[in-house]
Amino acid sequence: MNAFQYMLQNRAEVVELTLEHLWLVGVSTLFAVLVGIPVGIAIAHRPLLNKPVLAAANIIQTIPSLALFGFLLPVPWLGDRAERLAILALTLYALLPVIRNTFTGIRGVDPAVVEAGRGMGLTDRQLLFQVELPLALSVILSGVRVAVVISVGLATIAAAVGAGGLGEFIFRGLAMVNNQLILAGAIPAALLAVLADLSLGWVEKRLRPR
Amino acid sequence: MLGKHMTAAAANECVIEFRDVSYAVPDGPEVLAHLTLQVRRGETLVLLGRSGSGKTTTLKLVNRLLTPSSGEVTVNRAPTRNTDVIRLRRSIGYVIQDVGLFPHYTVERNIGLVPQIEGWQQDRIRARVQELLKLVGLEAAMASRFPHQLSGGQRQRVGVARALAADPAILLMDEPFGALDPLTRDQLQREFLSLQQSLNKTVIFVTHDLREALLLASRIALMEAGRLVAVLAPQEFLESSDPWAAAYVSAFENMPDRAGNRGAS
Repeated sequence: MNAFQYMLQNRAEVVELTLEHLWLVGVSTLFAVLVGIPVGIAIAHRPLLNKPVLAAANIIQTIPSLALFGFLLPVPWLGDRAERLAILALTLYALLPVIRNTFTGIRGVDPAVVEAGRGMGLTDRQLLFQVELPLALSVILSGVRVAVVISVGLATIAAAVGAGGLGEFIFRGLAMVNNQLILAGAIPAALLAVLADLSLGWVEKRLRPR
Repeated sequence: MLGKHMTAAAANECVIEFRDVSYAVPDGPEVLAHLTLQVRRGETLVLLGRSGSGKTTTLKLVNRLLTPSSGEVTVNRAPTRNTDVIRLRRSIGYVIQDVGLFPHYTVERNIGLVPQIEGWQQDRIRARVQELLKLVGLEAAMASRFPHQLSGGQRQRVGVARALAADPAILLMDEPFGALDPLTRDQLQREFLSLQQSLNKTVIFVTHDLREALLLASRIALMEAGRLVAVLAPQEFLESSDPWAAAYVSAFENMPDRAGNRGAS
């Protein structure tokens, strides 16, 4: 029996775990966007903050994922439910690309455009929403895209703490030394990553300023 | 507009005044020292000087893109320090060398920017944009173009139209024609001159080009190393015994294509 036959036979579980996987990735990406974009905007406007904040986000990125899940396990409220923990860990990993690209995108807006806008009497808010964010949007979105692709891969590790997702198949397969089982988790995860990358890439291209 | 109803007294009225203004970059060197200067209603005051002489700094002190380290700038007698900075800027047209058109906005939205944020009705903005396109010599069809579809000269025309949109009495222009090819520059300078004759804005115009200064200026304020050297009418400038002015004139005359052609513009 090859991996595809296995997946077909167990399609209900494949679908269920895929949906769980998507949910973990979706919710954590949403949190990373909600936190990361404002932080990126803030550090783009405050030169003193950008180094420490980017350094902190970088350090989080360097923690091995399995270790981060492990560290968070004994934390009281978090450790109670595995998916809380998994979502927090995935959010932390997704923050860096979102913050960094928001920062880079806003810093990359032509200074002449910003100066002209300011000189004509746009308020900081108008400058942000009418000029900086629209012009930085495609760069910000490419950060989100990187975050999603990373998360789809990382979310397989969430199964190690019992948060479900396609990692279930992989860990089960590892324990049982069953390649089909491993592939039943790995193939859909890889497909998800490719699909997310392509679709967000398409949106990003459409948003790119001329 | 303003100029049409101008009385002799109003003509000499001071619109912008610098009172002993200095500006130092925060924790940095002083780039402008003890500037005292008055700009009169309806005149084109050209700030002439080399790079780093403080011309652009002087300009940005008017719309408070920079705030004086000491001294006071007044616009219509009100110290800019006490004026709401957003109101102040919206009442002053601003044109820069790099134009700074919003690349994601059409020409129409670019020109209509200040009216839009000032809450004008949509059809009033549209009518104003058409009026301005005509004024700066662009076809009505340009309204739907994006900046990247325009030539450098067209972009700068849009930049001027945008600055004029809410009919400000004051116009600040920072080397607006500096990045254009000589023929386009020449054309735009002449058009600016005839435009200014009908609009009568109070203009501060920054340039390092003496020829441009002579052509456009009511008065030339010569700057060097953060100081105001002299304020002279164009003809006075050519005859001035001031060493800096004389140096400028002689550099100008010694250009091969200008020998014996002094002041021909």
